[in-house]
Amino acid sequence: MENLEALMHGFGIALSGNHIFLMVIGVLLGILVGVLPGLGAPNGVSLLLPLTFGMQPVSAIILLSSMYWGALFGGSVTSILFNIPGEPSSVATTFDGYPMARDGRPTTALATAFGSAAFGALVGVVLITLAASWVAQVALAFGPPEYFAVYFLAFASFIGMGGSPPIKTLVSLAIGFALAAVGIDTVSGSVRLTMGIDEMVKGVSFVVAVMGLFGIGELMIAVEEEFHVKAISSKVEWREVFRTLVGLPKHGWALLRSAAIGCWMGITPGGPTAASFMSYGIAKRLSPRRANFGKGEPEGIVAPEAADHAAGTSALLPMLSLGIPGSATAAVMMGGLMIWGLNPGPMLFVEQKDFVWGLIASMYLGNVVAVVLVLLTVPIFAALMRVPFFIIAPVIVIICTVGAYSVSNSYLDVMLMMGFGVLGYLFKKLHYPLAPLVLAIVIGDKAEDAFRQSMLMSKGSLGIFFAKPLVTTLILLGAALLLMPTIWRTIGRMMPRSEVKP
Amino acid sequence: MSQKPTFAAIAFGLAIGFTGAANAAWQPAKPIEFIATAGPGGGTDNFARAVQNIVTKYKLVEQPIVVVNKAGGSGAEGYTYTKAMAGDPYKVVFGTSNAWNQPMVSKVAYNYTDLTPIAAMVQDEFLLWVKQDAPYQNVQDFLKAVAAKPPGDVKMGGAQSKDTDETLTRMIDKAAKVKFVYIPFKSGAEAAVQLAGGHIDAHVNNPSESIGQWKGSTQRPLCAFSPQRLPDGPKVTATQNWHDIPTCVESGLAIPQFQQPRTVWLPGKVTADQTAFYVDLMKKVQATPEWKEYIERTSQTDTFLIGDAFNKFIKEDIERTRKVAVDEGWLISN
Repeated sequence: MENLEALMHGFGIALSGNHIFLMVIGVLLGILVGVLPGLGAPNGVSLLLPLTFGMQPVSAIILLSSMYWGALFGGSVTSILFNIPGEPSSVATTFDGYPMARDGRPTTALATAFGSAAFGALVGVVLITLAASWVAQVALAFGPPEYFAVYFLAFASFIGMGGSPPIKTLVSLAIGFALAAVGIDTVSGSVRLTMGIDEMVKGVSFVVAVMGLFGIGELMIAVEEEFHVKAISSKVEWREVFRTLVGLPKHGWALLRSAAIGCWMGITPGGPTAASFMSYGIAKRLSPRRANFGKGEPEGIVAPEAADHAAGTSALLPMLSLGIPGSATAAVMMGGLMIWGLNPGPMLFVEQKDFVWGLIASMYLGNVVAVVLVLLTVPIFAALMRVPFFIIAPVIVIICTVGAYSVSNSYLDVMLMMGFGVLGYLFKKLHYPLAPLVLAIVIGDKAEDAFRQSMLMSKGSLGIFFAKPLVTTLILLGAALLLMPTIWRTIGRMMPRSEVKP
Repeated sequence: MSQKPTFAAIAFGLAIGFTGAANAAWQPAKPIEFIATAGPGGGTDNFARAVQNIVTKYKLVEQPIVVVNKAGGSGAEGYTYTKAMAGDPYKVVFGTSNAWNQPMVSKVAYNYTDLTPIAAMVQDEFLLWVKQDAPYQNVQDFLKAVAAKPPGDVKMGGAQSKDTDETLTRMIDKAAKVKFVYIPFKSGAEAAVQLAGGHIDAHVNNPSESIGQWKGSTQRPLCAFSPQRLPDGPKVTATQNWHDIPTCVESGLAIPQFQQPRTVWLPGKVTADQTAFYVDLMKKVQATPEWKEYIERTSQTDTFLIGDAFNKFIKEDIERTRKVAVDEGWLISN
């Protein structure tokens, strides 16, 4: 009850003309940086940060967070239309969003994505509203063993539920781990796997890898297959948008499950990327139309989008309440908080009620604004698909090259990106899954750090992973996921009439 | 740093827009890049941005300034990049003592001698923190409890490996004849959260890294590794401010001083005029009220070192770290 009262107070702050204006500006800028690959939410927010120094903290955070929502939506647009994920967390959206758009239904794909994303975000904000105090305690229960267990769970879900042969998933993961190990090792402080190239000390950037694997790799496949984008009517069919949105409740169960996964991964430090992958994997495993996944199945868009946005939204809670930024964007915002003279931590909720509840109220409003604006701009984005392939292809190469260079103004990154393009092409040709590779690049070194920190704490005993109920549950859950295919098969054999096919 | 006597003259010349001695004074003619050797939100990033804000606000330089983060490899990315920019006076790199300490303990591709020192603008303090509900009232209690347990049972967290936090931990080991197990995390903020959750027993964070946690009563400082108590100021908790925390020496842990300087460098092979320009710029920044406000907000100590004083500081700090590094076998052979 107390929370609801505070929320009403927050709406009083957020619902001023000035703040609504800031939301619109923030969302529009966000969609722009989200759509332009290579310029993601973290860059956008950093670029905007200096403008906020003269503002009231609550106005500043409303502007920045609106930009974040806009960028999250914009990121899905490029994933679906170009197969280039703007953010790590939109990778899973490409699996079904891109095929659906390619098959001539870009409006449906985008509307499905935005609708589910908005639902996920809403669940995330409601959760923040209701569980502010409780969540802080859950996050505190996470030490190195628990972190490792969550990552283990994410990897295991891929092997067990990814759909590719487990051994191929494992190979893909292993290559990702090796790439994640490049650079300085946190635990020993020594330099690893730089192959004598001094600059490699910075490690392999996720953006560079993804631009190559998805952007260039996909392009090479397309060129080889003489792929042509079919001319799609530029008229966005508003009826189609409405029909899609009205039809979303039939995916109600998938929406709820994905939002729940997203919230769990957002609060615990799994993050949006792990959430969207895991949600996609589970949706695929549980869906009766499993064979249709990867070919434009609506639930394949619903699951990652709802989970991604639920996680992205609920991840702000640990940032505010504990000072743990769940994502790069949250880290930039946290820097902003400090510059405005606020200290993230449990006391923020006590000392800065106006700020915290103004922000939470603006999350409701900002997401509504984002959905409306992004739907209104869909025609512009969908029209991009009409551009012929011989124009799109060079544009993609340019975007990827510029994007890779802009990560840290380095030619090495451009070369690496091209290398990843070849790798992506080979993976596709040999039917190895790319997603585990990306996941391992993103969280591989974190998982390694967490494991070695755990080993330091336990003096080398693996018992630390079974020492507390939370970590034991997570590890057992991971092990169960890992063995899932075998279990399904056994059940299938025991019950021949079962609908579940191995 | 032989150009020291010309500082005053250049400052004077700039102040009145005097450009007559064109061959002595150098002025930037294109945008300047500030390279922060830490990710957005980290202490070094805040430092670089604080300087950028002041320079922009007072229009101390006519050219625009861009801050870029090169945090890879615990900052090595930024230094290596700057080394490659030898002779380019439009790259200014912001870091800490890792500029000279990191090359000592890991095989990175730069050394501090590849850079031109400009200034150490401020020193960040270190404190020894324990969980709020820990039974220890002072350092003595805590160290006795550590000594009573088998070596390696008590966990000290910190940012990075073989950097300041671990060096200080090993100095505590020696001074108090105990043995902590050191758990490296990515940042001090991460270590603070781990302490709040009770996964580690202590850490040696800077004030700004843990002030929120102290306010929120999840952890408290036992002592400060500084020669005198931190300056008086507003209350942080209901009853205490930084000045109420005893120094470590005062409470019986014989480490009189351990601080982390926040440093500014140019690439190597720049001219004396260019160096002088930036030294002077940092001097002006340091004299503004906004700078004082930044130092207070982050509870750092106002020490401004340039020229010979800075070089002397580097030499002393290297000696101190080398001792620990030799004992621990961290030194790399190259």
